[in-house]
Amino acid sequence: MEGSAPTHHSKRPEQELDSAVVRFAGDSGDGMQLAGGQFTLATALAGNDLATFPDFPAEIRAPAGTTFGVSAFQINFGDRRIRTVGDNVDVLVAMNPAALMTNLGDLLPGSLIIADSGAFTERNLHKAGYEANPLEDDSLQGYRLLVVDMHKLALDSVQGLNVSKKEALRTRNLWALGLVLWMFGRNTAITESWLAGKFKSSPDILAANLAALRAGHAFGETSGMPPQYPVYHVPPAQIPAGTYRNITGTEALAYGLVAGCQLAGLPMTYCSYPITPASQLLHSLAGMTDFNAQTFQAEDEIAAICAAIGASYAGNMGVTASSGPGLALKTEALGLAIATELPLVVVNAQRGGPSTGLPTKTEQSDLYQAVWGRNADSPLVVLAARSASDCFDTAIEAVRLATKYMTPVILLTDGYLQNASEPWRIPDLDDYPDFHKQRQVTVEDGFLPYSRDPETLARPWAVPGTPGLIHRIGGLERHAGTGQISYDPDNHQEMTNLRRDKILGIAKDIPALEVCRGKDKCQVAIIGWGSTFGPIHRAVGNLIEEGLGVSHIHLRHIWPLPPNLEDVLRGFDHILVPEMNDGQLVTLLRATYLIPARSLTKVTGKPFKISEIEQAARALLEERA
Amino acid sequence: MTVQKPAPAARSPKDYASDQEVRWCPGCGDYAILKAIQKTLADLDAPPENTAFISGIGCAARFPYYMETYGFHTIHGRAAAIATGTKLANPDLDIWVVGGDGDSLSIGGNHLMHLLRRNVNLQYLLFNNEIYGLTKGQYSPTSHAGTRTPSSPGGSLEQPVHAAPFALGCGARFVARCGDVQQKDLVVVLKRARAHTGTSFVEILQNCIVYNDGVFGHIMDKSVAAEAQIHLTHGEPLLFGENGNKGLRLRTSPLSLEVVTIGEGGVREEDILRHDETDLTLATMLARMEGPDYPVAMGVIYCDPAPSYDQQFKDAHPLRPQSRKALQDALKSGYIWTVE
Repeated sequence: MEGSAPTHHSKRPEQELDSAVVRFAGDSGDGMQLAGGQFTLATALAGNDLATFPDFPAEIRAPAGTTFGVSAFQINFGDRRIRTVGDNVDVLVAMNPAALMTNLGDLLPGSLIIADSGAFTERNLHKAGYEANPLEDDSLQGYRLLVVDMHKLALDSVQGLNVSKKEALRTRNLWALGLVLWMFGRNTAITESWLAGKFKSSPDILAANLAALRAGHAFGETSGMPPQYPVYHVPPAQIPAGTYRNITGTEALAYGLVAGCQLAGLPMTYCSYPITPASQLLHSLAGMTDFNAQTFQAEDEIAAICAAIGASYAGNMGVTASSGPGLALKTEALGLAIATELPLVVVNAQRGGPSTGLPTKTEQSDLYQAVWGRNADSPLVVLAARSASDCFDTAIEAVRLATKYMTPVILLTDGYLQNASEPWRIPDLDDYPDFHKQRQVTVEDGFLPYSRDPETLARPWAVPGTPGLIHRIGGLERHAGTGQISYDPDNHQEMTNLRRDKILGIAKDIPALEVCRGKDKCQVAIIGWGSTFGPIHRAVGNLIEEGLGVSHIHLRHIWPLPPNLEDVLRGFDHILVPEMNDGQLVTLLRATYLIPARSLTKVTGKPFKISEIEQAARALLEERA
Repeated sequence: MTVQKPAPAARSPKDYASDQEVRWCPGCGDYAILKAIQKTLADLDAPPENTAFISGIGCAARFPYYMETYGFHTIHGRAAAIATGTKLANPDLDIWVVGGDGDSLSIGGNHLMHLLRRNVNLQYLLFNNEIYGLTKGQYSPTSHAGTRTPSSPGGSLEQPVHAAPFALGCGARFVARCGDVQQKDLVVVLKRARAHTGTSFVEILQNCIVYNDGVFGHIMDKSVAAEAQIHLTHGEPLLFGENGNKGLRLRTSPLSLEVVTIGEGGVREEDILRHDETDLTLATMLARMEGPDYPVAMGVIYCDPAPSYDQQFKDAHPLRPQSRKALQDALKSGYIWTVE
């Protein structure tokens, strides 16, 4: 916690902080995501900027008490723009020994640990791999330790209510939430109203949850809390005026796709097959059928993209989403969409790989797959969203390019972006220009389905059901013009060139790249893509404050690359490319521009820490000196 | 004075033929099927602009190029999935999916299964020639065990999948079978298929003259057809044979059909089962019949309509443009706060 000296208003010390990182950790079934989500809501409403990181295991209910079953939710909030989830945890709520064991490494000495001693039984200690109870020996000496028997206190709080012991114990997450809310000077009103909605039909459970929440809060307020623990105050952030809400990347994508289709004047047919972490998008859109959108749960990944292509063929905006292994299955059909030049948006919520890999952990390792991962010369557009709220604008851009250029577009997000939430200044939709896609309906003598708009090189979109424009399309190479099957060698060369030039030409239609932090020319450019935006941006900000020559460049358009990217990159002595993969964008940049870009990689399933990026940049600066 | 508009000239089969040169092998059974389909559409005066042929990969899958309708030649095995998406976006289109036995039952078996259970309203034509033609003659999923091909020189080991029983097992509500050369019957079956709401599955026994010539000779040859086939008509007795006096009788133990001859062993005409298209158990038994002990069932084996998926989907997802304001309001739903 970066804090100023404590100020003493009352007998309990009050400490002002400019930012804080809180992590709730417990068993998968302990309700940590719920507690974290509610703390996030209260924090956002208190006016702080924030970033969150839900981190949960792939197993739905891993055996209780095990380290691999630990589910955690982290929030970083402060009085300034928060770009990352925070490098180090200031307050850890550990609901059992396994949660302590797996999360302790992210705490600096002096951080606060709130541990539920009721869960530190011999059995749980053994499961977590502890030989002795860390709450009772000296092993946690460097930390501030608050040991509370939440098992007992939660049970006490619901006494007299009509709930079973099991149900009573499940309220521990709300008891803990109540205490943490108190600790940061927040009341329980927002959570109470949320609970009232959630448990409308189970009044007994509602009563128990409310009782536990209030008891946790009161524990801090009254004598329960030892006096040496301060109340923290994180002042509201200076953020631009406007109306805000919290939004996850998934929700922003769903709204962005709907908005993009509205701007294009097209109904959306969204087809997908459940896969972590993309499934949530299907859930979100399934609830948006009022907005000219249909959702279809296909029998497999291949059927999902094929149905989306079929829908685009019929004149809707076909959209599908998946994660790495699913995108691999969709590859052949992507080639068909490229060959038949139909609009298509494919969201890839990347996760750790290869194969099934780490389904719930984040990674950025599908860039090669997106840009190059198909048979033959088969170019398409690749975009990447940088933050939860940026998913909204990137989804609109994906629909714009797909329809304008009659091409598939792959939109890369990742597990972190899909699940993380942040406050979002709700945009005014009137600020977005329409890009109504006109399908061809006018009858032409000798209609040429593969004629081209001279500007965009897009072919006309004439859909079945339109009189006078009957034609055939398919995956066999076709004549540039008539679209009839053609095995002519020169025609294949021409069509290959056209497909390439159409996609490369999109570079003229995307905004010139600007350095997003720092000078246009200096020693080191750190160039990133996707969800690494936050840590790079903060690291560059910190280094600039120290007077170092470092700038941040961030790509939304991965393919084609922005037209001025090479010029921008030539303004720097060193180029550093941090990525959550083994070095993919760096290869693309080196291959494209023959520049000696350097790589910083991390594939631990967790986002970069600010310090890791700072360190790499410093090393480059020192190398120069 | 009343001016009478001249009635539009009815379309002829030629109006459904595209300008593309047909490139199947001379003598291929596909020619006959193409002719039957063009005649079917002409007889029905089907609007070409509202008709789409969607296919996968294989000899049969070249079909769309030869039709003067909308056409989409897609990728191997996936025509059913693409057609499903097309139908979701525009349920009013009249869609015909065309695939061979490899396309439909090998690489595309999964999609066919789901198409049938969903009951998407389209016609699925499976051209079954029990061989891979376009890849030069390997055994297919419908090849009989022991089929000798370049990839099975010692004879294939696998038991074949039977298309019609497969379709019934997947929940198809319309299953028919016909031979490529049976022009008249084929047109009747295709018209029934098009009239049916839901997935109409038609297995067409098709002769591959190059790689599997005569594979259905024991069923289709004129000299054996009367004894080897039974033509099904809803409500009529299940009779066949040169003299029309053979029939199918239900045996109760074990539950099965048996071939009997009227007048022999005390068999009377009223002992012969009548075809009931809506009886799934009967349809399953009929679909499984094969020689030499049984005649092969031809015609509409099963037809029992149920609500189509695309209609239910349309009701559940009524597409209608929403105002910008409605979307703006949705963005502002839930917990919001204002920063001054």
